Amino acid sequence: MKILVAVKRVIDYNVQIRVKEDGSGVVTDNVKMSTNPPDDNAIEEAVKIKESGKATEVVAVSVGEEKAQETVRKALAVGSDRGILVKAEGMIEPLAVAKILQKVVEKEKPDLVFMGKQAIDDDCNQTGQMLAALLNWPQATFASKIEVKDGSLEVTREVDEGLETLEVNIPAIVTCDLRLNEPRYASLPNIMKAKKKPIEQINASDLGIDTKPRVEQVKIEEPPKRKAGIKVASVEELVQKLKNEAKVL
Amino acid sequence: MSRETMEYDVVIIGGGPSGLSTAIKLKQLDQNLSVCLLEKASEIGAHILSGNVFETRALDELIPNWKELNSPIKTKVTSEKFLFLGKTKSLSWPTWLLPSVQQNHKNYIISLANLCRWLAEQAEAMGVEIFPGFPANEILYNEDGSVRGVATQDMGIDKDGNKKDSFEPGIELLGKVTVFAEGCRGHLGKQLIKKFELDKGKDPQQYGIGFKEIWEIDEKKHNEGLVMHTAGWPLDNNTYGGSFMYHAENKQIFLGYVIGLDYKNPYLSPFDEFQRFKTHPAIKKIIEGGKRISYGARALIEGGHQSLPKMFMPGALLVGCDAGTLNMPKIKGSHTAMKSGIIAAETIVEHLKENKDLSIFKEKFEKSWLYKELYEARNVKPSFGWGLILGIIFTGIDQILFRGKLPFTLRHKHADHETLKLASEMPKIEYPKPDNIITFDKTSSVYLTGTNHADNQPVHLKLKDPKLPISYNLEKYDEPAQRYCPAGVYEVQQENGSSKFVINSQNCIHCKTCDIKEPSQNITWVTPEGGGGPKYGNM
Repeated sequence: MKILVAVKRVIDYNVQIRVKEDGSGVVTDNVKMSTNPPDDNAIEEAVKIKESGKATEVVAVSVGEEKAQETVRKALAVGSDRGILVKAEGMIEPLAVAKILQKVVEKEKPDLVFMGKQAIDDDCNQTGQMLAALLNWPQATFASKIEVKDGSLEVTREVDEGLETLEVNIPAIVTCDLRLNEPRYASLPNIMKAKKKPIEQINASDLGIDTKPRVEQVKIEEPPKRKAGIKVASVEELVQKLKNEAKVL
Repeated sequence: MSRETMEYDVVIIGGGPSGLSTAIKLKQLDQNLSVCLLEKASEIGAHILSGNVFETRALDELIPNWKELNSPIKTKVTSEKFLFLGKTKSLSWPTWLLPSVQQNHKNYIISLANLCRWLAEQAEAMGVEIFPGFPANEILYNEDGSVRGVATQDMGIDKDGNKKDSFEPGIELLGKVTVFAEGCRGHLGKQLIKKFELDKGKDPQQYGIGFKEIWEIDEKKHNEGLVMHTAGWPLDNNTYGGSFMYHAENKQIFLGYVIGLDYKNPYLSPFDEFQRFKTHPAIKKIIEGGKRISYGARALIEGGHQSLPKMFMPGALLVGCDAGTLNMPKIKGSHTAMKSGIIAAETIVEHLKENKDLSIFKEKFEKSWLYKELYEARNVKPSFGWGLILGIIFTGIDQILFRGKLPFTLRHKHADHETLKLASEMPKIEYPKPDNIITFDKTSSVYLTGTNHADNQPVHLKLKDPKLPISYNLEKYDEPAQRYCPAGVYEVQQENGSSKFVINSQNCIHCKTCDIKEPSQNITWVTPEGGGGPKYGNM
């Protein structure tokens, strides 16, 4: 069984995001970039399945600029066998990514496609679902537990009401939740070995995919600053303020 | 437990200007040397913080065609100002009356973090293996006592010291020569200085704490290329320090403050002095209407020539500010750190090829312009022990009339942890509350550093005696850690009527001030899990 894992290069979750002054986007120059956190869980799960003998190959794929190679390299350092980078410049919307991944799936013929449930930069939470539709494959989203059965997967999902367990036939798409596992560290020797693993580079345009955005981005701005709170002396004062000032009672 | 080992010709600890220069020079001298460089930050540059007005002398030697290689050295210094601040007034000092070491017209305003990122690209292209996110936390020795290499930190240890599922053991990196380039107060460098008595016969090392904020300001007030320094207010005559304001590219200014850690009043809060400094009319008018986008702090070396330890030992070299090569009157340490790295590389190649002893470093160093610079600068910092005014007068005589060639050397008498006076003998200092426009509190400042340490790991700020902060420091000095830490790591909390010392180690921005200033030397800074600490951008 072969597992394809999609990984995205995003601004590191510790970095305080700064909006560009002209409202055209956020500042990325000299900002620490990392793998989208739930994508790390997706890689970890794929590698674990391989280590348990139920998969034979893990292929990491990323879509983005040349530097996204670092993200693929990181996936190789934690146990993926080889990598693919589909190069595309500028903002690439989930639909374009899904179409690119569709082409990669047609070429690589994996049995499973894993990815994070959403990316922490645009929070779209669409790519996995769109890919499932394009391929007409079953999908299990927000996976917090995955069990590989014969020809199918049993996936536990994190939903509002609690946990939902469902079974999907292979081939399938699974999008992963942070609770799925604890991603391992890349060890120094494995980082060294990862430098020698192959990364195939493809241009998105060569796949015949138009990555031009379909949604017009009007403006990006910072949320308004939260006002400082006040202390009230008594319950009466609180109720009075909620009634008269906040007008919520 | 046996650890995996990896062998190299040279292992370098630290990806700052000195370590990267060592790596690049080694590869230039011999392409076939295997060189690896460890960096504790999550990426090169993420723990680098510096003013920085950059003198290109060492870079001109190392990479003469740097201008053609898209280096991030773009903003030439175009004008200079020096202000003496009173509480509300300011007096501009004519720059022609400044010693030549303080004149910057040939220099550039840069982000040292970006320069390091660029140097790392050059080094990697030459075949240096760079591993960010891997702190070296242990020195390995041969049976004859010489340095054999380092071990990286185990990863995946919980706060009680147990292995987590994600446990990944450290690796032993063995080098024919190991170069320690950790920067000011490196935690391994500190151990080496002690073990090999590298500071024997030297004055105690002197340190400062430097703050930096990056502001985006109104175009009309921005003057790209302007370098401004101040002395005076808010510090008193007996506290050593001053500010910098560099107008960089993209409407940004690099605004900072440096305070000598030999200050005496335990109530002094370096962070709050810096915040208060910004309210001076001469400063406020420039940043008003602007936006603070970065904050950070880092200890720096101020001891210079008198405090510089021996930089070689069996199997290893100490370079840059891990030893202490900063030139204090110039307020510059980058070019000197780079030069020390270049000399280290030359030493290592002769050592490996011609079997010469590493002690040839001394001769090469003493013949270099670096030594001459540090020697001529030696009397400036100690003269400020007499106060700001006498210090300035003496510095004028020493640097302008005698150009550092006076036939005597002033000494540094005390280590910085010895200078605090008892709280009962010193005046309390009331700092104004932050307005969240010009001045800020520590919490919102630390937030801008992006610092983080994976939770559930051992505390990396070790107390030799856990009772001391309350039983001794609180009583004698009102526990100064609450104030000298620029990140709010240390707190004294009241619990059921008794005081409790709290260490918020996840806030730590790796400045090392606590390791330096703690009056009983009770705090030891050790490396946290790899990748932890600030995520500085263009600091």
